[in-house]
Amino acid sequence: MTILQLIAFTAVKILVIFTMMMLTVSYLVYFERKISAWAQNRLGPNRVGWFGLLQPFADVFKLALKEDIVPTNANKTIHTLAPMIALFVAFTTYAVIPFGPDVTMFGITVPLVVADVNIGILYVLALSSLGVYAITLAGWSSGSKYSLLGGIRSSAQMISYEISMGFSVGGVLLFAGSLRPVAIVQAQQGWMWNAVLQPIGFITFLVSAFAETNRLPFDLPEAEPELVGGFHTEYSSMKFAGFFLAEYANMIIASALIVTLYLGGWQFPYIESFGLPAGLVAIIQVLTFLVKIAFLLFFFIWVRWSIPRFRYDQLMNLGWKVMFPLSLINIIWVACLIMIFNL
Amino acid sequence: MNLRRRKKDLTFWERIYIPEIIKGLALTLRTMFKPKFTVEYPEVKFIPPASYRGRPVLVMEENGKERCVACGLCARVCPPLAIEVQAAETQDEKERYPVKFEINMIRCIFCGFCEEVCPEEAIVMSKDYELSFSSREEALYGKDKLLTPIKQVQDRIDFLRHYK
Repeated sequence: MTILQLIAFTAVKILVIFTMMMLTVSYLVYFERKISAWAQNRLGPNRVGWFGLLQPFADVFKLALKEDIVPTNANKTIHTLAPMIALFVAFTTYAVIPFGPDVTMFGITVPLVVADVNIGILYVLALSSLGVYAITLAGWSSGSKYSLLGGIRSSAQMISYEISMGFSVGGVLLFAGSLRPVAIVQAQQGWMWNAVLQPIGFITFLVSAFAETNRLPFDLPEAEPELVGGFHTEYSSMKFAGFFLAEYANMIIASALIVTLYLGGWQFPYIESFGLPAGLVAIIQVLTFLVKIAFLLFFFIWVRWSIPRFRYDQLMNLGWKVMFPLSLINIIWVACLIMIFNL
Repeated sequence: MNLRRRKKDLTFWERIYIPEIIKGLALTLRTMFKPKFTVEYPEVKFIPPASYRGRPVLVMEENGKERCVACGLCARVCPPLAIEVQAAETQDEKERYPVKFEINMIRCIFCGFCEEVCPEEAIVMSKDYELSFSSREEALYGKDKLLTPIKQVQDRIDFLRHYK
């Protein structure tokens, strides 16, 4: 593959992923509203377009036409910068997540991942913790007590959950023996999914992912009933939309990460034994990946309407006294598995 | 009796939360497929039961005349002073009738006192809840708007006879 081809293919992949992300985010908002309505015996948006399918666009137009208010007390530069950081982090993280196997197109083998870097997982962990800066800075720069409380809560929450998240990823890395997301996916052949082999690690990572994306039951930085809107109290118009977009993009990334690390990535168990043509197999595998992500996204919304928000001290207790030891136990469990079965 | 359960009373499985969380998730999932309560308003209209207190109306008998004898009790009892009645004499059996009967619908609070106090069952609350005005003058409902054929309010009258 020449440099030119590499650039061309990468550009196409970035473009496809970016448009997919934007579309998924806008329809995720729609489905969030629909599912929350169903969970409360309501119908949900059904006025704009067929079954309300144009609702996301109506929402965007509404937000774009709103006045952009910056409070007098706010630090204007950082106030503007914060949603940009949030968006940047949300969209760049996706670069290392493989969404399909290597495919051969026009005689060239193309890996279906934007950047196949050998420190992919470190990159994801680093960038996702950078996302906290967006929230903390937004809270601090708004010059409002509610925003500040939201920002502080966010950073405290992140410290207590990032550790158990890192340790549960440790178990996955022991199995795969690599930090490359592609290698991690390939290590989960057949039903050797990490979710099956290390259920404790899966649960701790899942819970940490909820905390990482600030979704209920861990949406303490926003916490509408107690903090008005938390870190985005003082945001309006497209800056607010930026945070909104970033939150949903983070949900997609968290789901993609869980699928890659624990649910076998793009792999469809034992598809090689069906004897299908290579092109069809690749399509099925990409679809498998999308279905897995879609289920996890549904799960995110489903949990939102089932579990109430944690109190602040309960969250700290859970993070330090439960999740952290559990993720350590998981590492020992994985090490024992490897020792006994020579996996 | 169901005494308050503390953390120490929970069983092991309740304490690790996960089975309880799964129970909760199952409940929400079941709820998602239940029939919806939403009434799609402009297309489908809510028809209230007889106990509903909508816009107050004057009962019109089959002969096209109002039942009201203009005693003024409703105007007297009305807490926001929304009702104005002017009486006059008539050759009919009831001897008095309202020349002018006006309810200011901006003032009306739908308390139903007028209906309760009326000795003739002449003013009752209807099922009409779609009220909107674009000016103050429009909100003054005179006899032309208030008179309603008795058939339309019969179930409210029956309700009142039963429960008042």
